[in-house]
Amino acid sequence: MLRRTFVIAGTALLAAAAAFQPATVKQAAAQEPVKVGELFSYARIAAFADPYRNGWQLAIGEINEAGGVMGGRQIEVISRDDGGTTADAVRVAEELVTGEGVSFLFGTFFSNIGLAVGDYAKQKKILFIAAEPLTDALTMAQGNRYTFRMRPNTYMQTKMLVEAGKNAGAKRWAIVAPNYEYGQSAAENFKKLLAEMDPEAEVVVEQYPALGKIDAGATVQAMLAANPDGVFNATFAGDQAKLVREGTLRGLFDGERPVLSLLTGEPEYLAPMGAEAPEGWIVTGYPWEQIESEQHTRFVEAYQAKYDDFPRLASLLGYALGYTVKTLLDTAGTTDTETLVDTLKGLKVETPIGPIAFRAIDNQSTMGAYVGTLAVEDGQGKMVDWYYADGADYAHSEAEVEAARPAE
Amino acid sequence: MIDPAFYVIQFLNGLASASNLFLIACGLTIIFGVTRIVNFAHGSFYMLGAYFAFTLTATIMPALGDALGFWLAIPVAAVGVGLFAVLMELLLLRRIYRSHELFQLLATFGVVLIVQDLVPAIWGPEELFGPRAPGFTSFVVILGFRFPEYQLVLIAAGPLVLGGLWLLFNRTRWGTLVRAATQDREMVGALGVNQSVLFTGVLFLGGALAGLAGALQMPVEPANPFMDINIIAEAFVVTVIGGMGNVLGAFLAALIIAQLQAFGILVFPEITLVLPFLVMALVLVVRPWGLLGTPEPMTGHGFAGDRPLKPLGRRAQLGLAALVAVLLLLPLGLGDYTEKLVLEVFVFALFAFSLNFIMGAGGMVSFGHAAYFGLGAYGAALAVKHLDFAMEPALLAAPLAAGAGALLFGWFVVRLSGVYLAMLTLAFAQIAWSTAFQWVELTGGDNGMIGIWPSAWASDVTVYYYLSLILCGAAIAFLWRASYAPFGYTLRAGRDSPLRCDAIGINLKRHQWLGFALAGTCAGLAGGVFVFSKGNVDPGALSIPTSVDALVMVLLGGIQTLTGPLLGAAAFHLLEAYILPLTDYWRAIVGLIIVVLVIAFPQGLAGFLRERLAGEESR
Repeated sequence: MLRRTFVIAGTALLAAAAAFQPATVKQAAAQEPVKVGELFSYARIAAFADPYRNGWQLAIGEINEAGGVMGGRQIEVISRDDGGTTADAVRVAEELVTGEGVSFLFGTFFSNIGLAVGDYAKQKKILFIAAEPLTDALTMAQGNRYTFRMRPNTYMQTKMLVEAGKNAGAKRWAIVAPNYEYGQSAAENFKKLLAEMDPEAEVVVEQYPALGKIDAGATVQAMLAANPDGVFNATFAGDQAKLVREGTLRGLFDGERPVLSLLTGEPEYLAPMGAEAPEGWIVTGYPWEQIESEQHTRFVEAYQAKYDDFPRLASLLGYALGYTVKTLLDTAGTTDTETLVDTLKGLKVETPIGPIAFRAIDNQSTMGAYVGTLAVEDGQGKMVDWYYADGADYAHSEAEVEAARPAE
Repeated sequence: MIDPAFYVIQFLNGLASASNLFLIACGLTIIFGVTRIVNFAHGSFYMLGAYFAFTLTATIMPALGDALGFWLAIPVAAVGVGLFAVLMELLLLRRIYRSHELFQLLATFGVVLIVQDLVPAIWGPEELFGPRAPGFTSFVVILGFRFPEYQLVLIAAGPLVLGGLWLLFNRTRWGTLVRAATQDREMVGALGVNQSVLFTGVLFLGGALAGLAGALQMPVEPANPFMDINIIAEAFVVTVIGGMGNVLGAFLAALIIAQLQAFGILVFPEITLVLPFLVMALVLVVRPWGLLGTPEPMTGHGFAGDRPLKPLGRRAQLGLAALVAVLLLLPLGLGDYTEKLVLEVFVFALFAFSLNFIMGAGGMVSFGHAAYFGLGAYGAALAVKHLDFAMEPALLAAPLAAGAGALLFGWFVVRLSGVYLAMLTLAFAQIAWSTAFQWVELTGGDNGMIGIWPSAWASDVTVYYYLSLILCGAAIAFLWRASYAPFGYTLRAGRDSPLRCDAIGINLKRHQWLGFALAGTCAGLAGGVFVFSKGNVDPGALSIPTSVDALVMVLLGGIQTLTGPLLGAAAFHLLEAYILPLTDYWRAIVGLIIVVLVIAFPQGLAGFLRERLAGEESR
């Protein structure tokens, strides 16, 4: 009798457990945060990394405060320094994926690291959204199904500039670009696009100083010797500062020659130059203080309130990535990699500078850049006569993608 | 037709760069000449000079007026950096003068890492634009070309400093002592000169000169946190080409490099990447002690507390067997990631062990061992990418490629000795690096090559773990055995006394050459195993930081022991892997730990353990 009671009670308990368990598990899952992995060269390239981190932290904070994603789950970003080398970065990615069990990855700054992590993502079949790497290869020749990219690539930004500069009247161009992939590919794209847009124009001199080691005097002199009437510049930061100082004194940048310059209008580079910003240069950049749309103003105000600093382009990028994570998870409704990838292809995301989409054909986002002319006002460089060049209009054509990108 | 006057102007441009190079290199060469310290932190001194000058001009230019403020700030910044160098000498270097002289290199490397993180923490990560030099903000017209006035100031600065140093060294008692110490340090000590004070003074002078170079750079280039890394290799190149310890030689070398750069870019704009190293390799092959250098005084290699290698005792053998057993069982208790991490330790253990084979047994210090690691990695990757090799034959290609490279480079290398030998290995490594970097069609340039994964049967982490353990373990065992074979004994004999080796008819150069090739081959295997664990390779595998990592592992673990490099590899790699996720300042922490270890264990970790164990045994 006693035994039977036990059996009945036991069965009841088991039944009860069976009945309740799925519910409790489901509930726990609903409250459990979605883990997302993030990696970036924080120590090596702090000037970009700090604003970028501020950007995504602001976005993720807002999202979690507003109730999270997928019907109430919080986002937990597990952030790591990628060590600044491909070897370290792949190990860090591995730790995030196999150690921390994150659902997908985003981040990285350098092109070689972006490519290495992208390849790891392909091998491991895990989604990776590259933040800053500029190399065309990431979405073209070396692209894969699992790797997406946020920033407009070198080709897109060069195309924006060539188009902006084609009416400047220059026919004899000088190229100065840092001697590494970004510079080489910017120069190559420039030559190709110039030939397409202005068949009469030619490139008369090319200079490729080693990154961070430009001998500005000799370089400027070598360019002057070819007597160019226009300059395309892809150097940045310290190299560019030396180039500007030497080039202005020696008459290369005399205000007459049009200068097309990649990235120079980005606050990361423009703000440190102060009054030395080269006036009249046609640049790509981000005139954060002049964009007056409602959603952008909201972003700037929130950013300044939280960090007491102005946003850089990297901040915008980080912020947009945060909302990409949210839109992706909400739309997919799952953390299954294949579903995430399928969802992100073609996904539209709202950002402070308007909606962007991830192109299904090459996983490149249509985020654009601002193109304008530099002026100095109150001891500070700013972009004037600027406009937003929508990335969708400048990305590689479908035929180019098909020719270059390996089939998935 | 290019205006002939253009060449005159380009020559002036070359002079200005030469001045800058000389100012940095002369301090380095003086420090080396007297103290024999290979000062990695010299680039940090230069960078600090620029930052000090920035802060000083911002403070005193408003107070004292532009001209006075600026021209006062420059020397004050230089003195400030000199004091920083003195601090480094007093707190750090002075404690380790008695240990292996390479240990001081390790210590200065720790300082580099600390300063690298300290600078952005204090001044912020963005570049800082300093003021232009008052009175020299415009240009003059020379032969119809506009030429910046400040470049003329720089052109004058080099010879002025050279003249000042000549006066200091030839007209003052202190300078005479410095020259004497450069020639024969022991003799100066024996004559009752207080070496510590002399060293402190020399560090001050060298540091101040580097600081001056950085401060004078302010009107040309914004202060930025990459100045140290960007300049240090070139500074060494100039020092070596001129002859270590020779100031006039450094001046000549700076002139040669700068002029070749200025005119080289007219023909081949990408040349700046490799040119200094090409010149260094050529000069060293023709003149093994640089242009004006003299053979290094024969001081052995000053391995304080050296003792010959002894075969392992019973206890150590048991310990080793236990370690192997643990490594075999480890995958049972580890997650995927930790397995990957330990697998990387195997790779670095072999890499460091192969370096120690030429350093410890062979007495040849290499600053460019990454060349062979990278050649192995690239050999495997190229075989996969261009020849459609599978993993197995590609893993064979790795040591072959590296061995071939080591045979070629080694033939030149073994003809040199001491620090010149080390610098030639660096030059070859940089030539290999820039080839991988520049030959985009073949190697993918700095983007590298991706998609180099193991064959299907080895793609599981645990399988690849055992594969790495077997390959690296076998290579280590082979080198270990070679250390005790007659070949190894011959190498060690040559290290301890080349003269006696010669006398008994040993062809030492050939033994060293083969030893070098053997070490290179093994490093190549490590590179091959590495590339398949990462799936990609880029020029980083061939770069200076990779060479330095190997050096740090060997020194941390303890040179002159066979277990040292293994211990050092494990300690350094795990340390970095576990500190990396903790903070943005991981480099400073790693640097700090290195500094502490250097002071606490001047014999290396293995040396320390050995002493402890030996102490117990004798009790």
